[in-house]
Amino acid sequence: MSVNATPAGARVAAEESGKPAVPAQHSGRRSKAPLSENKKAERKLGWLLCAPAALVMVLVTAYPIIYSVWLSLQRFDLRFPDERKFVGLENYVTVLTNGFWWTAFGVTALITVVTVVVELVLGMGLALIMHRTLVGRGIVRTAALIPYGIVTVVAAFSWRYAWTPGTGYLANLFSDGAPLTERASSLAIIMLAEIWKTTPFMALLLMAGLALVPEDLLKAASTDGATAWQRFTKVMLPVMKPAILVALLFRTLDAFRVFDNIFVLTAGGNETSSVSMLAYNNLIRGLNLGIGSTMSVLIFLTVAVIAFVFVKLFGTAAPGSDEGERR
Amino acid sequence: MTDPARRRRRPAVRAVATAAALTLVAPLAACGSGGDGGTPTINLYYPPEQNMQKVVDDCNAEAGGRYKIAYRVLPRQADDQRVQLVRRLAAEDTGMDVLGLDVTWTQEFASADWIREWTGQDKAEVEQGTLAGPLDTARYQGKLYGAPKHTNVQLLWYRTDLVQQPPKTWDDMISAAQELKGQGKPYQFLTMGAQYEGLVVLYNTLAASAGGKILSDDGKQAVMDEGAVRALDQLKRLATAGVTSPSFSNATEDPVRLEFQAGNGAFQVNWPFVYPALQEADPELAKKVKWARVPGVDADTPSKVTIGGANMAVSAYSKHPEESFEAARCLRNAKNQKFSAVKDGVPPTIEKVYDDPEMDEAYPMKETILEELKEPATRPLTPAYQSISTVMSAILSPPADIRPEQTADELRDAIADALESKGVLP
Repeated sequence: MSVNATPAGARVAAEESGKPAVPAQHSGRRSKAPLSENKKAERKLGWLLCAPAALVMVLVTAYPIIYSVWLSLQRFDLRFPDERKFVGLENYVTVLTNGFWWTAFGVTALITVVTVVVELVLGMGLALIMHRTLVGRGIVRTAALIPYGIVTVVAAFSWRYAWTPGTGYLANLFSDGAPLTERASSLAIIMLAEIWKTTPFMALLLMAGLALVPEDLLKAASTDGATAWQRFTKVMLPVMKPAILVALLFRTLDAFRVFDNIFVLTAGGNETSSVSMLAYNNLIRGLNLGIGSTMSVLIFLTVAVIAFVFVKLFGTAAPGSDEGERR
Repeated sequence: MTDPARRRRRPAVRAVATAAALTLVAPLAACGSGGDGGTPTINLYYPPEQNMQKVVDDCNAEAGGRYKIAYRVLPRQADDQRVQLVRRLAAEDTGMDVLGLDVTWTQEFASADWIREWTGQDKAEVEQGTLAGPLDTARYQGKLYGAPKHTNVQLLWYRTDLVQQPPKTWDDMISAAQELKGQGKPYQFLTMGAQYEGLVVLYNTLAASAGGKILSDDGKQAVMDEGAVRALDQLKRLATAGVTSPSFSNATEDPVRLEFQAGNGAFQVNWPFVYPALQEADPELAKKVKWARVPGVDADTPSKVTIGGANMAVSAYSKHPEESFEAARCLRNAKNQKFSAVKDGVPPTIEKVYDDPEMDEAYPMKETILEELKEPATRPLTPAYQSISTVMSAILSPPADIRPEQTADELRDAIADALESKGVLP
C-alpha cells in the first residue's frame, strides 16, 4: 500500500524558507498550453492501457447499479409475482417517510462519525509509535496489524461471546446485565468492535503518510525552536494532509456500509440496524426487491455524496494520483 | 492437456493437481446427475431432527429402488433455514426436491410459485385422517400445497403444590398469581415476551381466544377488530399486573423453561418439550407440575391456541415431481409420524396416531394437546406473514407499553402496508 500523493513542492519551499511550511496547494488545474506530440501519444497510450480494466469495471459495476435502479422503480415482491408493476418513485416515498429507515440512518451516521474520529486519533498514535520504533520494528508492526487480519465475522463472534453474561469475561467484568440487549450498550460495543478492527488499517495508511515527512524539515523546525507539538501540527500534519484525507475517505465509506459486526452482535435488535442491515432484511428476508433496491440505491447515493464532498471540498487526492503533477 | 508447461511437471505434482481437480468436480457431478443407475435421487431439505435419517432410510427401503432420498440438513435457526430455501428457489435451483417448511411459510412459497400443488391421489391420502388445523396451514387459495408432517401447540404448566385448580381465564391466573405473591410463595407467570415470533404467537392465541380477527378471512385485508383490541388489553394487563418475571420482555423459549425449572414460577405457558426436560433436570419438581389447556380470555369460551409445526412441500423446480410427492408422503405417514413423535418429540398431525399405546409414555399430556389441536388458532394465512410477524413483534414490544386502541391502529396500518409490499421491515 503506498500513498504517493507527495506535494513535491512542499519540501523545496520549506527548505528555502526554513520555516514550517504549508504545502503548496495543487488543485489539479491543468496548464492551458497545448500538449506536445510526444505527450499526446503518451496520454493516448495511457488510455489504451487502462481501457480493458475500465471496460471490465463498467461491465461488472454498471449493470448491477442500473438494474437496482430499475428494480427500485417497481413494485416487485417475490411473494406476489403477479402484482409486479412500475410505480415510479413510490418506493422512495415509502422509504424516505419511514421511521425505521431514519433510525437506521441515524445509527449508521453515529457509528461512522464516532468510529472514524476515534480511529483517526488512535491510528495516528499507533502510526507514530510504529514509525519511531527502533527495536523489533517488524514485530511491532505485525502485532498491530493482527486485528485487521482477523475475519470480521470471526472477530464479531468473539466479541459477542465476550459480552454474553455467563460465558463472557467482559460481560461479567463490566456489568451485571446483558449489555447486548440494550440499545446504548449495544451501540457502544458495535463501535468498539469496529474501532478495534480497523484502527490498524488507519495506522497503516497514516504511516505511509508519515514516511513522506522529510527528516531535515523536522530538524530545521526544531532548530528554529518548535516544540514537539508544534512540529506535529505545523510540519507533519500539513505534509501528511493528502494521506490523512485518503485514509479518512476510505474509512468513512467503509464505516457507512457497516454490516457484519452488527449482523453478528445484535442482528439489528433494539434499533441498532444500520442502513445496510435494513436493506438486507428487506431484500433477502423480506423478498421485497422493490423496497430493498430502493434502499441500496439510497446507500449508493449517500456514499457517492460522501466521496464527492471529500474529493471536492477537502481536496482529497484520488489514491494513486499525484496531485496534478502531470508530466 | 497439450499445454507444454503441464508436461514438464513432475508426476507427484501432476497427481496432486489431478486429485485437486477431481475433488472440485466430484460434488458437481453428484448434483448434476439424477442418481445412480436410473434411480432418481430426491434431495430432502429439512431442518435438523435427530432421528430423521432413520425415517429417510426406512422410506428408501420401502421405495424398492423407485427413488432414493438424500437428507440435506438445513441450518438450526428458522430464519437461516428460510433464507437458504428462498435464495435457492428464487434462483430456480433444480437441486431441491422435497422441502420441510415451517407452517407459516407455506402460503408465501405457494404464492411465489415455488412449490407444487398436491392433487389427485397424493392429495386424498394427505387429507385422510389429518387434523383440520394443521391441514389449514398447508392450504393457499383453497388448494393444498403441503403435507402436514408434525404440529405443535403450547400448554399451561402449573405447580400443583401452589395451585389447586388450573385457571380457566388469564384474569383468574393473574389474581391467583397475585394471591401467591401476597403469601410470599413462588408466584411468577412465565412465558415468551421478547420481540420475536414468540410474542406474535402469544398475541395470536389471545386474539383468537377473544374471537378477534387480525386479517380478513381471505387474508387480503388488515382487520384488527374489537376482539383483537380486547386481546391487546389482555396482553397489557398480563404484562403490567406485576406477576411476570422481570425479564418477560426479553424472554424466549429456553430461558422461560429454565426459570420455571429454577422454581420461580407458579405458571408457565410453553411448548411440550419443557416437560421431558424438567423430568430430567429436576424429577422432584416435575412430580408437582401438571398441565392444562391454555387459559381463555372469557370465562365461558375455551381458548384457541396457536399451532406450529412443519409441512412437506415439493419444489416447483424439482426434476422428479412424482417420486418427490411419493417420498414426501412416506416421510409423514402414520408410522413415521409416531416414530418421530416418540423419538424426536414432534406431535403428530394424523389423529389416530394419538391412540397408539406407545404414545402414552412419551406424551402423558396427549389428551390436552389433542383437545387444543381440535379447536386451534392458526397464524394469519398470507404470503406476507413473514413481514407481518416482523412488524407485529416490533409494535407489540414491550407488551407493558401497549395502549390497546392506539396500538391496534398502528398494527392495522403496518399490516396493510405489509400486505401491499409497501412495508419496510425493521
